[in-house]
Amino acid sequence: MSLSLEKAKQFYRQMLLCRRFEEKSAELYTEQKIRGFLHLYIGEEAVATGIIDAIEPDDGVVATYREHCHAILKGIPPEKVMAELYGKMEGCSRGRGGSMHLFDKEKNFYGGYAIVGGGLPLAVGIALADKRMGRKRVTVCFFGDGAVAEGEFHESMNLAQLWELPVLFVCENNLYGMGTYIERAESEPDLVKKAKSYRMEAHRVDGMDVVKVNDAAKKAVAHIRSGKGPVFLECQTYRFRAHSMFDPDRYRTKKEIEAWKEKGPIVTFRKYLQKKEMWEKIDAAAIEKAIEEEVEKAVDFAEKGTWEPVSDLTKFVYSEEVTS
Amino acid sequence: MKKELTNREAVRMAIDTAMQKDERVFLAGEDVGKYGGSYAVSLGLLEKYGPERIVDTPLSESGFTGMGIGAAMNGMRPIIEIMTVNFSLLALDQIMNNAAHLLHMSGGQYNVPLVIRMVTGAGKQLAAQHSHSLEGWYAHIPGLKILTAATVQDAYDMVHLALADPDPVILFENSLLYNMKGVLDTSAQPLPIGQAKVMREGKDLSIFAYGINLFKALEAAETLAKEGIEAEVVDLRSLRPLDDETIIASVRKTHRVLIVDEGWRSGSISAEIMARINEQAFFELDAPMRRVCSEEVPIPYAKHLEDAAIPSPEKVVDAAKAVMEEA
Ligand SMILES: Cc1ncc(C[n+]2csc(CCOP(=O)(O)OP(=O)(O)O)c2C)c(N)n1
Repeated sequence: MSLSLEKAKQFYRQMLLCRRFEEKSAELYTEQKIRGFLHLYIGEEAVATGIIDAIEPDDGVVATYREHCHAILKGIPPEKVMAELYGKMEGCSRGRGGSMHLFDKEKNFYGGYAIVGGGLPLAVGIALADKRMGRKRVTVCFFGDGAVAEGEFHESMNLAQLWELPVLFVCENNLYGMGTYIERAESEPDLVKKAKSYRMEAHRVDGMDVVKVNDAAKKAVAHIRSGKGPVFLECQTYRFRAHSMFDPDRYRTKKEIEAWKEKGPIVTFRKYLQKKEMWEKIDAAAIEKAIEEEVEKAVDFAEKGTWEPVSDLTKFVYSEEVTS
Repeated sequence: MKKELTNREAVRMAIDTAMQKDERVFLAGEDVGKYGGSYAVSLGLLEKYGPERIVDTPLSESGFTGMGIGAAMNGMRPIIEIMTVNFSLLALDQIMNNAAHLLHMSGGQYNVPLVIRMVTGAGKQLAAQHSHSLEGWYAHIPGLKILTAATVQDAYDMVHLALADPDPVILFENSLLYNMKGVLDTSAQPLPIGQAKVMREGKDLSIFAYGINLFKALEAAETLAKEGIEAEVVDLRSLRPLDDETIIASVRKTHRVLIVDEGWRSGSISAEIMARINEQAFFELDAPMRRVCSEEVPIPYAKHLEDAAIPSPEKVVDAAKAVMEEA
């Protein structure tokens, strides 16, 4: 399918914003402005960009701990995400969640979850509620290839298909669960085959190509909205950085990483735009500059943010304590 | 309206009335529908409400508990039934890492109005994988509320209290109580979550208990009365939050404490209660506090061994006398 100039600009801008936001986060991490676990999505931007473009603001997203980009693309302002990484009260989870637990109820961003596989049953329940209440919403559930080995993956696939629930399961297959290569973790590494064993509609897509991801996502969402039940999408992708900032990345070769970088989502998309003679028209330099300012603004917002008073520590354990 | 019925009927009636009143309420769990519930609690409800509201699930404790959390986050009022507390361990990830933590982790944005019901306790020779009392464990977790019904009134009221609560509530039901009869007053104002109830007044010592052990404590109190010892018996009802006020008031009155708890002694809710009394009313005590807990073994199958492992009225009487003698 061919892309409108408008969409081309949007995709380029979104992927680049994700990239620059996270490069900045990594920098701030080494400066110790950000602490805890920080999992970067660099290399995988085409997946979140292509998928989230295919849904409506009212649709829900459940994500993992590698969710900065999903959160931003779902509409949480980058400054609120950055403030959350800083642990500031102005962050999207009031500084209580940090990098791994971004939430925004208004944007229907149901959160980042750090127990591998743990978000999948929630997506099933969110979708069940929509179906029961006659809402035409779709819930997108992102997770990695590592989650496929967990019992909750299988329980959720079974329940979602059995009850024909409106869930889009998006497996971001970056080939590694921390340091474990998928072939060493899965007796059947063909994930589409696995999903099909639940009789679920399932497809594989090149997760480095935002246009292809977006096409596949649109088809999947149409299928789900027509009431035909869940869809499983395997997006084949690769993370260019280590699993987290603590990971020395000894389990794969530089050569392997470099080879994947050559087909990185931004590089691929630029080539596509050049081929379609759109590259000149999107004004990449202006986009780059605007993003630089946006990221700077986010950092500035986070820097100026405040710390929640320790006297509020025990707030939000129970709902009656929710006062603001 | 007052009527006599069993605990089983009280829970069923509570679920039934809640489902009539609120379309958002649904019941889900293994065999809650066609089978009628593994303890027949939901018998007849499938016919009345259909499979969309009385939902038979596959054997996927974590999956359907997490499903309940998601549905609760998205506007429904699910009641999740887990057959037995031991199986809830397969759903512990969802109960603790998600249900209990979500409100806090999201900075106050996502509350989880979920009700989980599960059967607890020993006494039916079901051996080590079907007989435990883990409610004290769950009471360790901030973000959850833990209710333990003993009476018919509470069996009914607690379902409604739990459904009205904006946070995750776990209801522990003892299978041995399902057939016990009692009087239900549907017009009575329910005693709120977090409030204990003095079931028998006494001046000599306080016995704190909950669930089925409340009746063992009451039986022991009868025996003790014949020997001139007036025990006050308090039904804790809610293990989280615990009603410190009622507990401490009773200690100030009797100055002697005995706790009956079917959990294992080490790290149990009885240990927590002792610690709180120690913190708040140490100088009120006339004797060291005591407790009757389960022996520190997986609950055995053989009847005599099972009986020996768990609290009994006789053990309560003996322990009460020991407390009295130490003063
Ligand atoms: C239940 C559970 N087990 C282990 C971990 C530790 N852990 C965090 S991320 C991760 C790898 C997950 O890999 P994958 O699902 O492929 O996602 P990716 O990090 O590649 O995006 C592991 C093992 C965890 N967070 N949760």
